[in-house]
Amino acid sequence: MSQTLLHAEYPVEAEDYTCAGEASADIKRKLKQLGVSSNVLRRVAVASYEVELNLVIHSEGGALTLEVTPEQVTLISRDRGPGIPNLELAMREGWSTASETARSLGFGAGMGLPNMKRNADTFAIDSTVGEGTTIEMGFRLA
Amino acid sequence: MDDQKRFHSVRLNKELCKGCTNCLMHCPTEAIRVRKGRAHILDERCIDCGECIRICDYHAKVAAIDTMADIKRFKYKIALPAPTLYGQFRNVQDVGVILAALRRLGFDEVFEVARGADVVARAIAEKMREPMLPRPMISSACPAVVRLIQVRFPDLIPNIVDIRQPMEVAAQIARAEFCKAHDCASEDVGIFFITPCPAKMTAIHSPLGQEKSAVDGAISMLEIYGQLRPMISKIQKEEKLEATSTSYGIGWATSSGETKSIFQENALNVDGIQNVIRVLEEIENNKLNDLAFFEGNACTGGCVGGPLAFENNYVAKNTIRKLVSTYKAQNPATPQQSVPVSMINKYPMRLDVPLEENMAMSLDGNIARAMEKLNRMNEIIDTLPGYDCGSCGSPTCRAFAEDIVLGYANEMECIHKLRDKLQSMAEQMVEVAQIRR
Repeated sequence: MSQTLLHAEYPVEAEDYTCAGEASADIKRKLKQLGVSSNVLRRVAVASYEVELNLVIHSEGGALTLEVTPEQVTLISRDRGPGIPNLELAMREGWSTASETARSLGFGAGMGLPNMKRNADTFAIDSTVGEGTTIEMGFRLA
Repeated sequence: MDDQKRFHSVRLNKELCKGCTNCLMHCPTEAIRVRKGRAHILDERCIDCGECIRICDYHAKVAAIDTMADIKRFKYKIALPAPTLYGQFRNVQDVGVILAALRRLGFDEVFEVARGADVVARAIAEKMREPMLPRPMISSACPAVVRLIQVRFPDLIPNIVDIRQPMEVAAQIARAEFCKAHDCASEDVGIFFITPCPAKMTAIHSPLGQEKSAVDGAISMLEIYGQLRPMISKIQKEEKLEATSTSYGIGWATSSGETKSIFQENALNVDGIQNVIRVLEEIENNKLNDLAFFEGNACTGGCVGGPLAFENNYVAKNTIRKLVSTYKAQNPATPQQSVPVSMINKYPMRLDVPLEENMAMSLDGNIARAMEKLNRMNEIIDTLPGYDCGSCGSPTCRAFAEDIVLGYANEMECIHKLRDKLQSMAEQMVEVAQIRR
């Protein structure tokens, strides 16, 4: 494993639709500046936007972390709750607990987590009710 | 990148440039820097959209375009008027008059780009029936938008429809038909596009998705306007030419014209380059994957908003709208009805050279070095005021930090940093002076 050469943290607040999408927009811009291939760029763009919106819609707030090495892009999402009671159900396409506010804005189609998994090369999720959820996604560069 | 591929129509007239920050602040790819009191265009980033031409109060940003004198190089001359030309004369509700007046300026033939648009519409409609297409498919008609994607959204290149622009298809048909009718050699025929924008001129000299353009040159609509206007009033009824495109072909002059002509209900059309950028961001995030087609036009209102068009774009848009409805009443045929499939099989319609990613936004070809530069850039950004004032000659503090890292700028070119530095130096001088006393 080579050391992390680029590290960025983005706090993401719950229900903050004003800033929603800004973290993933910055992540995209950074990866373009690094000259990351367009195939990886597209998949990170989709996954980072999904995971950021997930924090806005479903969580009680948290943060996104971007880590880049010459071999890999890693996205980590950590939130302060509420945690997912049934992970297996949450990973199913079309399953959603989005609020009415979120749905009226066009979110909450229940494709978020499956979409992230599909776009990342590695995907790990860990959740404890009352504590929070951590999602780690890896995208191979080489 | 090889240099001959970097032809740009948009250029700077050094004598007229004041070194202000207008163009700097409006460039969608951050391709302009002001250095030593004058603007400079970064060739590898410029997409020839012409935003700087529009914004410059001193007319220092110009489009390199052919003139009417250039058509004399050829034995036979064909004019290809963009349908936008019809929008320039709001009292002329007959396309045939404009075509006849254009021919009188010294052309042997006039071939409507709107006819090319009809053929392209048919080809795109066929293309859209293919299975497994990425969503949405993105129109390739606006060359500035295609280049914008190459520079800022390279991951969306696979979504671009691989069908040639109406201008190219029109030129191919015009040449073939003229050579056949007059039994002449292809190289004796010069084809000139009457253009509302510099991006088309660039697309002729360094074609997008094609080895070579079928068009020989472009003449600015602004230049031809002055000559055409008096000529139009002289056209007699019997001299009038017949407009041969459908009403849909004429509609391509305005935003949504393309979408209407391919009869794609599940489509989005967006005009104005900043608006196009915002929607491309959404497409990149996969937010619009339920959409079949995206038509983006760099200019407000579509091609009628081109920087080389004379008439106000809203007035021109209205003129085009009226023309479309007049011609639709005379002939309601759609491109699908009027263009036979044999037509799209007869001429090359597809882009056959892959559209390449433009890496002008990356900091270094080597990712580890790019990371070092990005880290340094972020450190520098933290020390800058964040006013994005442009006084340093870079469009934003972020771009300035990037320029420092790339070795194009020096930190003390930030007047705010310089002021702070001078202040602390002055304080030190006072201290030193007091010691000596």
